Amino acid sequence: MKRALPINRHLAQRTGFTIISLMAFATVVPIIAVVIYILIQGLPAISWEFLTGFPHNGMRAGGILPAIIGTIYLTIGTAIFSVPLGIAAAIYLSEYAADTPLTRTIRIAIINLAGIPSVVYGLFGLGLFVIFLNFGTSILAASLTLSIMTLPVIISTAEESLRSVPQAFRTVSISLGATRWQTIRRIVLKEALPGILTGVILGLERAAGETAPILFTGAAFFLPRLPHSPLDATMALPYHLFVISTQVPEMPIKIQYGTALVLLVFVLSMNLIATVIRSRARARRQW
Amino acid sequence: MVDKIVIENLSLQYSDGTESLRGISLNIPEKAVTVLFGPAGGGKSTLLRCLNRLNDLTEVKAASGQILIDGQNILDPNIDVIALRRRIGMVFARPVVLPLSISGNLTYGLELAGEKRRSKLDEAVERSLKLAALWEEVRDRLDDPAIALSGGQQQRLCLARSLALQPEIILLDEPTSGLDPISTGKVEAALQELKKEYTIILVPHSVQQAGRTADYAAFFLQGELVEYGEGKSLFTAPKQKRTEDYITGRFG
Repeated sequence: MKRALPINRHLAQRTGFTIISLMAFATVVPIIAVVIYILIQGLPAISWEFLTGFPHNGMRAGGILPAIIGTIYLTIGTAIFSVPLGIAAAIYLSEYAADTPLTRTIRIAIINLAGIPSVVYGLFGLGLFVIFLNFGTSILAASLTLSIMTLPVIISTAEESLRSVPQAFRTVSISLGATRWQTIRRIVLKEALPGILTGVILGLERAAGETAPILFTGAAFFLPRLPHSPLDATMALPYHLFVISTQVPEMPIKIQYGTALVLLVFVLSMNLIATVIRSRARARRQW
Repeated sequence: MVDKIVIENLSLQYSDGTESLRGISLNIPEKAVTVLFGPAGGGKSTLLRCLNRLNDLTEVKAASGQILIDGQNILDPNIDVIALRRRIGMVFARPVVLPLSISGNLTYGLELAGEKRRSKLDEAVERSLKLAALWEEVRDRLDDPAIALSGGQQQRLCLARSLALQPEIILLDEPTSGLDPISTGKVEAALQELKKEYTIILVPHSVQQAGRTADYAAFFLQGELVEYGEGKSLFTAPKQKRTEDYITGRFG
């Protein structure tokens, strides 16, 4: 009786590998395609005037400066509210909270918060910040709305990176006469910081690119001047892109793609910063 | 012989029902090496962690009895645990260096205690490294990350780190379990020097080490103190059958 040669199994394995690597490749293709397409279509629009000028002629000509500045304001505003709150919440959950029904509820709430559609945040922001708290359609109201949306991302990534700091560091620090807070401040936070920063940037990046939450809370269709105070409304890149793509007839396509390119570069460069921070920290990490 | 630590009828149970202590009474003399030995799960580490109240970090279901250090009950909830931990150094089984430089590890506790003078800190670094027999090996690279040291050097750094605070008592929980024989020898030799000044309580990683190092020895079995006495007599002529069985390797 002849024995079957094991070559068949190798063949099956190789086929499996091929399929898996094709799938991996397939996920990358759309991303690269989008970037290349936007680059090709958008680059011709990019000029000094486009980046530093105001729109004119019913936004069919000129630049997108107010939208760029607006998005930067909104990102900073979101950071001001969501970063301290998010990190504090993560420290509480990771370092202080015992495993009780209350903390379990908080965790479930955070996870669910991350799943809420962004337009619902927008509507909530309209109700709470714009109308009830009377902030009006403003950078303040929009930043607060974006903060609520960003918080779950910041909290969960920060908590995860705090938890990944070895428990032994805490025990040793306490045994050397440190209080819990001293241990957190001098050892745990320092080690978790790169991970926390990565989460912060990823969260803010999402906020920078969102349209729906700012739609009712802070975004303006067109403003002839830059906002002067947090209580002013502002133009913003994602909303501006939406406006010029759907609301303005006879819009030159070049300007739409130029705007998309600027938004893409803004968000991707934040991503790049996060990646650099993370890989540098990994190389330097001592555990 | 003066008793530094007096443990009276100490019982303790963890919330998850694991290791526990049952009615331990023990007098630990100052300036000597007292060894706590016995099979795993006997309560040795638990007892060590009671002495510097590190058990506060763990969920303890019930504790009773008292531990008197220089006559003061340290299980009293009103005691200043931070001050207590500065008086009691601890070295763990796995060398855990903090993610700081070599000197940063050594000055960590002092800085927390409020010492800011550079001269005092430098002095403590040199003194503690010499005591732990590590000074010659690292004197030229005190600012290097501590993680770059070998395992044996890291463990001596941990010892030096606890000495930097000039404690009165040093607790060592299987400090040489991950070390090669040469490093182990260095740590043991350092302990013999240190006992002139400090009260040392050691959980050894083997009966042999217990025999080599013990001035006094306590044999623990399943949360009970079976036998306690001078090292020499306990290891050569144990009074209890269970101690003898363990020492001669019939179980455990």
